[in-house]
Amino acid sequence: MKPLVDKELCVACGECIDACPVGAISVGDECAEISDECTLCGMCVDACQYGAISMPDVGTGADEDLSRYKGVWVFVEWRHGTVHRVSYELLTVGRKLAEKKGTDLCAVIQGHKLDGVEKDLFRYGAKTVYVVDHPSLAHFTDEIYGNVLVELVRRYRPEILLAGGTSTGRSFIPRVAAMLQTGLTADCTELDINDEGLLLQTRPAFGGNIMASILCPYRRPQIATVRPKVLRAEPLDMPVDGQVVRPDLPGACFVSRVEVLEEQVLEGPGANIAEADVVVSGGRGLQRKENFAMLEELASLLNGAVGASRGAVEAGLADPSQQVGQTGRTVAPVLYMAVGISGAVQHVVGMQGSKVIVAVNRDPEAPIFDVCHFGVVADLFEFVPAFIRKIRKERGEEV
Amino acid sequence: MHIVVCLKQVPESQNVRIDPKTNTLIRQGVASVLNPFDYFALEAALTIKDERLDTKVTAITMGPPQAKEVLMDALSRGADDAILISHRAFAGADTWATSFTLAAAIRRLEPVDLIVCGKQAIDGDTAQVGPELATILNRPYATYVKSFEFVDDSHLKITRQTDEGVAVWRLPLPALVTVLKDVGEPRPRSYRATLRARRYEIPVWGPEELGVDEDSVGLKGSYTQVVRIFSPERKKDRIMLRGSVEEMVDELYYWLKEQRVPGL
Amino acid sequence: MDYFLTEEQRLLQEIAYEVTREWIRPVRAQLDEAEEFPTRLLKILAKTDLFGVCVPEEYGGLGGGVFENCLVVEQLARGCVGVATSFAASGLGAYPILLFGSEELKKKYLPDIASGKRLAAFALTEPGAGSDVSAIRTRAVKSGDEYIITGTKQWITNGGEADVYSVFAITDPTKGPRGASCFVVEKGDPGFSFGKKEVKLGIRASATRELIFDECRIPRDRLIGREGMGFIIAMKTFDKSRPGIGALGVGLAQEALDIAAEYARKRVQFGKSIISFQAIQHKLADMATKVEAARALVYSVARYLDAEPKDASKYAAMSKIFASDVAVEVALEAVQILGGYGYMRDYPVEKLLRDAKILQIYEGTNEIQRNIIGQELNKEYGKKKETIL
Repeated sequence: MKPLVDKELCVACGECIDACPVGAISVGDECAEISDECTLCGMCVDACQYGAISMPDVGTGADEDLSRYKGVWVFVEWRHGTVHRVSYELLTVGRKLAEKKGTDLCAVIQGHKLDGVEKDLFRYGAKTVYVVDHPSLAHFTDEIYGNVLVELVRRYRPEILLAGGTSTGRSFIPRVAAMLQTGLTADCTELDINDEGLLLQTRPAFGGNIMASILCPYRRPQIATVRPKVLRAEPLDMPVDGQVVRPDLPGACFVSRVEVLEEQVLEGPGANIAEADVVVSGGRGLQRKENFAMLEELASLLNGAVGASRGAVEAGLADPSQQVGQTGRTVAPVLYMAVGISGAVQHVVGMQGSKVIVAVNRDPEAPIFDVCHFGVVADLFEFVPAFIRKIRKERGEEV
Repeated sequence: MHIVVCLKQVPESQNVRIDPKTNTLIRQGVASVLNPFDYFALEAALTIKDERLDTKVTAITMGPPQAKEVLMDALSRGADDAILISHRAFAGADTWATSFTLAAAIRRLEPVDLIVCGKQAIDGDTAQVGPELATILNRPYATYVKSFEFVDDSHLKITRQTDEGVAVWRLPLPALVTVLKDVGEPRPRSYRATLRARRYEIPVWGPEELGVDEDSVGLKGSYTQVVRIFSPERKKDRIMLRGSVEEMVDELYYWLKEQRVPGL
Repeated sequence: MDYFLTEEQRLLQEIAYEVTREWIRPVRAQLDEAEEFPTRLLKILAKTDLFGVCVPEEYGGLGGGVFENCLVVEQLARGCVGVATSFAASGLGAYPILLFGSEELKKKYLPDIASGKRLAAFALTEPGAGSDVSAIRTRAVKSGDEYIITGTKQWITNGGEADVYSVFAITDPTKGPRGASCFVVEKGDPGFSFGKKEVKLGIRASATRELIFDECRIPRDRLIGREGMGFIIAMKTFDKSRPGIGALGVGLAQEALDIAAEYARKRVQFGKSIISFQAIQHKLADMATKVEAARALVYSVARYLDAEPKDASKYAAMSKIFASDVAVEVALEAVQILGGYGYMRDYPVEKLLRDAKILQIYEGTNEIQRNIIGQELNKEYGKKKETIL
């Protein structure tokens, strides 16, 4: 199978030749020709300004009446007695999608001892809250969480299902998609409804260097996950007058082959790094472990957390729990300050979603300056203490 | 014990860019490498083999013919066998179609006690294939595994990373795990394994060998469709602060206040 | 230059260089600064099979010879001579067992040394016996089924870190050099302990310690060869190992040249990259010529020694002298080309210079090597029938 070239529209300009990452396109006398090297990546489709190239259609799966699926669902994540912030962010975007589709927003929450949880969800516009409260949901397991959600989807047939791109959502939502045999798009940064009424899911790929828009045309529900803090949470002024449904599920849903032996909440310096609105990270430039103290002082002034580059962690300057980047944690705070970090791509992919990035580095050529919003070429040992003094001074504190 | 490690060949992500002027992919200097996270999957399997001498490790990958390179790499580090899943019909697969195809291959390799995957691939970053593959094969699984040990011959005790800490699970075999870098530092190639790899003929499996219908794999077997690929919006132009340290401090404070950074 | 290596020989080089590139280079400055023994790197090396490069296949090795060993240590020395020395010293410690050990000793020790599971060391030098090997004082006295060893060894590479030691001791003080013997002593043997770790100018990643034998008792079957063979065991070992020191020098000099040339192309002064100046070009030309000459000599000697010739000592000494001198000269020039940067710890060349110096000193100083060559020449020319004058 290969992309289809419309001979009427193709002008044999050759633009698509450069677009093809595997060199599968050549231009013949009349139009572009695609060889068997093609991997169906779709790059050429977008490159053609004449709209002459299109992708062959995806599979339809088993025959099913798609019109029976209605409504937008948000899987609400329950974490140790509170609703995870990503769920509010999803309810907010879900509300907009439901409005656009002219349908209802619903929330589904699983856990144990969930009394009264619906109130907050009504504030975010959920018309129906499906509550599954069961002792075996007290701890997360992919199997039970997946079984329950699949059972509910089969019973109530939502058209769209959204979940948080958390360690929980990224783990069990693929199971849900596979059991339902439908498409799943992970870590979307934008969700919309297209002209045909389909969920248009946009997500980064290749470490954020490329964006892709994705549809799931023939299977339902259309499932997407979104990382925390990518979207904004906006409660309604007035909560909706919603209903709570407590479905009675078969016992088989609550059986897991996995046994949870223990759950631990992480202690340690990096514990709240993914949640913090301000992250001050240090790299090898800090030179010594003791020098991280000034980053801690700065971070605590701003109610933030201290992160570190892989280099700093490997040199023993910081705790592994603080590592930001490809092999560490992904953060997207309001302010990310990279201090003495050169900015290897592996680090950048872990923080590029931050709203404001400040880089402090002695080396003006450091790649971190390519991704920052504000660049400071200075000796960090002069700059950071001076910046701390400035904040204290502005607050009228003794310096 | 038979362990299957799923590998993926990916472009070196830092080099993949779209030319903002022509909106086409810049492919110059983009090398194909083994997905960095898959080194840890391979290491996890080889660590088990170091300790349990009756262990066989089979590396599999789905991709174009040149994906054979990552299998050669796995063999050179100590994998016993390798299978390349490659055919025109597999092109354009999304995570479902990929998982479906890998599942068909693993059924051919049974009995398989443990499947090990990296936590995600750096090109797509979806982290979906592991859980989807386990689900299709109806096996329990654990994602983001930091460490594991054998409780007995048919149970693993695993520690998985969660957003707020760790969870410790007892996982019955046969199972699937996706692993983090904490499982161990990937080993180098060994001389003997590399010599053996150079003489090893890697079997290539297509739809026929897998016993799957061509319509159920590749783009035709996929449920999601990429409709547009484009460059992300460029960040606002950066501002390089100038002047003395004191001047830069004042200016940065002003800008951050302007950006409504909480806490200022 | 192409040295017409076999596929297997090229693979040894490739794998050793991969370890240098991926593992050694990123941490060498840190190991040097902290004087940290490279335990992690040696574990990595153990997984490559390279520890067994010159151990016969029947004892779990790769069955290579002096030449193969040179190919490996040259590539490791590009990364760090401290690390490469720790690696090579294990091979040095294994040679006495390999060359003269009983079948039992070989079976007992060589497979673990070849797999990198156990590290070996070679213990000859003493406070009063450096270049003058015959002056060793450590005594081994037979007592029933045991030998009792008493004495002190000094500056032993891998001392304290190694598990297996080839230790030289006098069994018959009346016989001079012919009264020395060689034994295998294991870490943990009663009466065997370690003195302080030395602080060194270079190769600071390697561990150098004193070995203390205080009536250390070992089973009599740990004797390597026969009593009185100690001196010959040491000399035969050096014949095998000295080209390896040359190879360390070649690797170090290659690294210095690579860094200097790369720097000279990047560094701009007077509006041009400094490599465009003849003063720099001539330096680089001399460096490159010396490196290639050293490599050619080391490779030729190593290949020759693998043919088990009678006149091994002279050529082994030549390869060691020449390549270690080249290492010092080339490292010194690299520092000069990098100028101020070359003198600073931020750049790797000052370490190369510090590391290079030991190559002229250990495993027989270059002066001792010249003595060996000189004495051989005197003998050879004494036997020569044809005269020119």
